[in-house]
Amino acid sequence: MSSFWSIFVSVISLGTILGCFLLLRWCLKNKTGVEEGDDMHHEFDGILEINNGLPVWWTYMFYAVIVWALVYFALYPGLGNFQGLLGWKSSHQDIRSLEESRAAVIAAKEAGEIVQYDRELEFAAQKFDPVFKAIADRPIEELVNDPEALKVGQRLFLQNCAMCHGSDARGSTGFPNLTDNDWLYGGTPEKIKETLRHGRQGAMPGWIDSMGEKGIEEVVAYALSLSGRSVDQDLADKGKARFAVCAACHGMDGTGNQALGAPNLTDNIWLYGGSHRAVTETLTYGRNGVMPAFNERLGEDKIHVVAAYVYSLSYQP
Amino acid sequence: MSEMTRDHSEYNYDVVRKFAVMAIIWGIVGMGVGVLIAAQLIWPALNFDTPWLTFSRLRPLHTNAVIFAFGGCALFATSYYVVQRTSQVRLFSDKLANFTFWGWQAIILSAVITLPMGLTSSKEYAELEWPIDILITLVWVAYLINFFGTVIIRKVSHIYVANWFFGAFIITVAVLHIGNSLAVPVSLTKSYSIYGGAVDAMMQWWYGHNAVGFFLTAGFLGMMYYFVPKQAGRPVYSYRLSVIHFWALVSLYIWAGPHHLHYTALPDWTQSVGMVMSVVLFVPSWGGMINGIMTLSGAWHKLRSDPVLRFLIVSLSFYGMSTFEGPMMAIKTVNALSHYTDWTIGHVHSGALGWVAMVSIGSLYHLIPILFNKPGMYSIRLVNVHFWLATVGVVLYIVAMWISGVMQGLMWRAVNADGTLTYSFVESLEASMPFYFIRFLGGCFVVTGMLLMAYNCYKTITSEDKAEAQDAAASEAQPA
Repeated sequence: MSSFWSIFVSVISLGTILGCFLLLRWCLKNKTGVEEGDDMHHEFDGILEINNGLPVWWTYMFYAVIVWALVYFALYPGLGNFQGLLGWKSSHQDIRSLEESRAAVIAAKEAGEIVQYDRELEFAAQKFDPVFKAIADRPIEELVNDPEALKVGQRLFLQNCAMCHGSDARGSTGFPNLTDNDWLYGGTPEKIKETLRHGRQGAMPGWIDSMGEKGIEEVVAYALSLSGRSVDQDLADKGKARFAVCAACHGMDGTGNQALGAPNLTDNIWLYGGSHRAVTETLTYGRNGVMPAFNERLGEDKIHVVAAYVYSLSYQP
Repeated sequence: MSEMTRDHSEYNYDVVRKFAVMAIIWGIVGMGVGVLIAAQLIWPALNFDTPWLTFSRLRPLHTNAVIFAFGGCALFATSYYVVQRTSQVRLFSDKLANFTFWGWQAIILSAVITLPMGLTSSKEYAELEWPIDILITLVWVAYLINFFGTVIIRKVSHIYVANWFFGAFIITVAVLHIGNSLAVPVSLTKSYSIYGGAVDAMMQWWYGHNAVGFFLTAGFLGMMYYFVPKQAGRPVYSYRLSVIHFWALVSLYIWAGPHHLHYTALPDWTQSVGMVMSVVLFVPSWGGMINGIMTLSGAWHKLRSDPVLRFLIVSLSFYGMSTFEGPMMAIKTVNALSHYTDWTIGHVHSGALGWVAMVSIGSLYHLIPILFNKPGMYSIRLVNVHFWLATVGVVLYIVAMWISGVMQGLMWRAVNADGTLTYSFVESLEASMPFYFIRFLGGCFVVTGMLLMAYNCYKTITSEDKAEAQDAAASEAQPA
């Protein structure tokens, strides 16, 4: 803030405290012109007021909070731009990106500032990082047999993944089920970690413009037939002829392509619903699925532990 | 005393009567809605899958109804009564008084309609949309003119302390309401605040906390300063204490808003100032409590026989308790635990039910027989039953919220050996359920008390008895 506002804030904050102090001093003296303990000589609808002094214990309490207020303002930010003698701040309040944040953390540390949020993160890192490190040093194939390690992974999952994939990891419409061993991008430990690290962007285009409603109807029939659903064979045959554009991603046989994240259409597992209506909607308007990247948020060690948990969900020895 | 025998007909009691009766009715409505939404938190099916019965829409209706309908009508009634009697003059304008009554009822009615419809500005305690905001402004300015007009034409030399507090409450609420409600309308039912981001949050809580500080505190302190000495038949304990606690209270309260926004995007300096002023505020707040309670010195025995006085004194005890609790919760370290938990809800209700409602109920029990020219309340026993229902209800409510609030705070911060959270949010919600039930029970006690009050007042008003002397106002007329 500009120095004008800084002075403005300081003057009225200190003025309020100082005003309280002066008022207290003034009220402690009897300037009413009436003897202490006497009534004030004015009466309102039968109510009198006594000119009693202030309770002593209450007066001391008032002094105490005033002194405390001044000490607090000296130590902590409060008076405009004055940062306080302790050099304390709650966090880096003016940063706008992760890069700025990292730079600010280092700069504050070098300057010896007390940044509460940084301190808490540092404390947490010192205390908890070794726990994850110890688990992350072991291969995922080994961790699936370690219930304690999986519990740690499950807790990470519940706090970071469950809001989309569900606390039982069985997903919901638009959010993949992680327990069915059906993988969009691959289910090896390394692939799962890749998904976690960098996220995924699934994009199915909408076909209404190029195929028209009739065309969509035909392709839906064919797509449903791939997983053995009973359909109008006539429509499905016409749909098969149109399927070439779909095959670019889903493959000629419709078994999908994990390199692209194109779902297998033959297994009767449907990310956005397998009803006639849902598949029609998918084909008409397309779908966009986003799995966020977690490398910044969790770091390599935690990703390893979560990946072990996710891998264990459909792992069969 | 010549002033004491003034003819009642000189005063405008009509508007006081209307506001007093509506305070009781809106009290039942507002607290009833509160009990319903408390029940919904335990049995969610109670919204009957009806949009306008959902918690999200009824909650603002509950807060608006209890603060502005119940509390507002009680404040209008008592301030109009007190300013006339302590200024020894009739209201400045009967027409303005009538306008404030009908205008205020129209505002409440439009809140009752628009809030369940989901029309909201989304600002807490200021949810009403802009056309209603404008009506509030008009009514409030009329109130301001009428109140200060009466003070100006008073027939006594000094302005009584109760009127300082009423006056501060009226002026500040006008400033707060206009400042926070500034918005750009896009249609008749929708507007957007002119403030954005952290500034919007700060304006909102500058308003929000001073709705507590000036509407729910200063106004009701005005009530206290008249009805406590009147009901106790004792002089006010200390004139000088009232001077310092008035000026310190009004100058500190206006700063306290930022404590609602600790550890947010609000700049650190603002948070610090809010916290420091909130803590200092503790002392002048207690000044008011001391002055009220000490007014009873020499008359403590009256508490044994007079349930109306008991309402007033217990309200002051709750006032003292919540004004200790509030500054403590404003300290960042405590706030880190208490914020976003039920502790906040408990704190608000120890103030709203314990202080605001009880001091209003006590004052209304004092007022009703006088306003309707009756020798006393129909049944003092019922007043006593109401007192115990209210007290037990409030205690059940706040103790339940303390326990569930502190428990939630502790559960949310508990971590496992690997640093992950021990409990999910839903687990903390599950653990809160028994306390939600106790809260609901407490609410039922309070509402039952209000229904008894309505019955008792109805019987009083419709009774054939007449007060013997014209001036039944003197507290001695109350059965001791």
